[in-house]
Amino acid sequence: MSITYLEAIREAQARALRENPNVYIYGQDIGAYGGAFKATKNLAKEFPGRVLDSPISEDAMVGSAIGASLEGMRPIVEMQFADFSANGFNQIVNHAGAYFYRSGVSLPITIRLPNGGNPGAGPFHSQSLESLYAHFPGLIIMTPATVDDAYNLLLEAIALDDPVLYCEHKYLYNRVKAERLPEEVSFSAGKALCRRPGKDLTLVTYAAALYDALAAATELEKEGIDIEVIDLRTVKPLDTPTILQSVARTGHLLAVSEGWPWGGINAEVIARVASKGFHLLDSPPERLNCRDTPIPFHPDLWLAHKPSAASIVKKVRQMLEW
Amino acid sequence: MLNTLREPESETIHLGFKELYLSAFKWMLLSRTVEDKVAALWHAGKIAGGCYLGKGQEAVSVAVGIMLRPGDIFAPLIRDQAGRLAFGEPLFDILRTYLGKKTGPMRGRDGNVHRGRPKERIYPMVSHLGAATSLITGALMARRMRGETGFVGATSIGDGGSSTGSFHEGLNLAAVERVPLVMTVTNNRYAYSTPNSRQFACHDLVDRAIGYGVEGYSMDGTDLKECLEIASHAVDRARSGFGVQMIVASCVRLSGHAEHDDGFYMDKALLDSPIGRDCLSVAQAHVVEQGWADEVMVREWRQQAKAQVEDTLQQVQREPAPDPAEEDWHSLASAHLIDPEYAE
Ligand SMILES: Cc1ncc(C[n+]2csc(CCOP(=O)(O)OP(=O)(O)O)c2C)c(N)n1
Ligand SMILES: [Mg+2]
Repeated sequence: MSITYLEAIREAQARALRENPNVYIYGQDIGAYGGAFKATKNLAKEFPGRVLDSPISEDAMVGSAIGASLEGMRPIVEMQFADFSANGFNQIVNHAGAYFYRSGVSLPITIRLPNGGNPGAGPFHSQSLESLYAHFPGLIIMTPATVDDAYNLLLEAIALDDPVLYCEHKYLYNRVKAERLPEEVSFSAGKALCRRPGKDLTLVTYAAALYDALAAATELEKEGIDIEVIDLRTVKPLDTPTILQSVARTGHLLAVSEGWPWGGINAEVIARVASKGFHLLDSPPERLNCRDTPIPFHPDLWLAHKPSAASIVKKVRQMLEW
Repeated sequence: MLNTLREPESETIHLGFKELYLSAFKWMLLSRTVEDKVAALWHAGKIAGGCYLGKGQEAVSVAVGIMLRPGDIFAPLIRDQAGRLAFGEPLFDILRTYLGKKTGPMRGRDGNVHRGRPKERIYPMVSHLGAATSLITGALMARRMRGETGFVGATSIGDGGSSTGSFHEGLNLAAVERVPLVMTVTNNRYAYSTPNSRQFACHDLVDRAIGYGVEGYSMDGTDLKECLEIASHAVDRARSGFGVQMIVASCVRLSGHAEHDDGFYMDKALLDSPIGRDCLSVAQAHVVEQGWADEVMVREWRQQAKAQVEDTLQQVQREPAPDPAEEDWHSLASAHLIDPEYAE
């Protein structure tokens, strides 16, 4: 038996629907069809009236979820692709994000964003939007990379009283597997995790880039370079102490993200280490992002557009020669 | 379908149209009085930010607000002071919010018309026009999912706001879900300074009701009698399961867009046309004509409204402003997830 990252997302939703009558799922083609990626497969049948097809109206999908949460529901909104959440941007950042501070009333909404690139997906089905949403107050941004995290963090997102952007990486849907779901649900939003201990350099990353980082570490091990890999898991709030503790051990920091370079998660990680841990650094902190262009369609261009194990290896070598 | 009903047939109206009319008229008086006061405070430099009045649109707003019952949902927009009062928003809320008081529902965190009480089902608006359409639709869907019945929701928009994608998405969704929503579109011929001719190309906004598949009504927004009749009918229809009701009201904004704007661009002929009438004067004339009150009595009501506003204002002015040193600078309810980086 094995379970994929995508199945973990489906199972977490099934469990939430089973355990809490106030949970419902709203999105395009998620009912009888089971969702563009099948993240809600068979759920409409199992939970009649609670897994609802929406019109192609991202603004109204989020707006209606805000209203429903004011009336005691805990909506899960599925965007068909993270890219289309741009059409619901205003409701997410200005309406949902501002609600608690303005009125003191919290909105328990989970918005699932099928995030990140896949070969052949092109400019409008590949975006990584976690940095964009992280810029706005009042939102929690999750970026799971493993089956356990996909499952636990989604259940936590649904249980939290605040709006959560749950960024599920499409590349990982069927590629990441585990033997089974976690036996016990554990809530760990806001906590990063060391996925590989090392003493020479800290790689801070999240989501699909975690696997490139781990592959790079394995490669570098052959050269006697010992890399520590930190998986952020939740990019907002950002677990600064875990990052600083790691940099204290290694003295070098490379932040890796599939998102665009201007601003963003990497920039935030580096800014925090530079201001709180400048004395810990033995070399200038560096970052690897995708290139500052729309995301290309052709698989070869796509591979060259984003950070890879090879580009991480190259960067680490440069940094340690410094 | 296009519904052109004019005859009153609602229960509320049979139960005492005179009482209903007088009550609505008094809310209009109070609304006008408090807004005139707020405008005076704004011109005296006592209010930070903008000052948006519902002057000239009180009849439209009050007619919907007064038809709602406790438990119904109201998502008012900028020119809905009269409807807010009729639905039950305390007079304190407008003054405390305009003056940014800590005691107000928004605690100085938001101002002017951006206020509400979500728990009492007066939803605080965001500025972004159209956003409340799906908001209220989702709230109505939720109540249906929870097995509740007998409730309605009401919100409003202007001719300009009706051009937003958000409004379209929201109203289409409301129609698809057949929620009990009353949507009032007040066509006051301008959106800020932009005339209808630069806003939409259809003959009449009410024609859009057919496109959305909802019931639509045209209404003279200067005539409280007609407003009450149509709002009552629409609210009853929504409550009885006939789905979304779209009322398109005609009237004129009797102020600039906000108090910084003198409305120099407005067509003067419009003000002399039937829809340029002041709904408050029209209502007052009707009250006197019907013999429901004489001029003296109306003057007394006006004085009472003034006194109520003055008393409220005096109390509010003594109340504390928010203290930046004491402010809780957090945007999450999940206290354990507040980033220590932003703790101070
Ligand atoms: C989406 C959006 N764009 C622009 C504005 C700025 N704005 C506020 S009110 C307004 C005019 C609205 O006109 P209308 O909808 O006709 O309402 P009225 O002011 O006439 O009552 C504009 C442009 C806004 N609030 N929201
Ligand atoms: Mg207008």
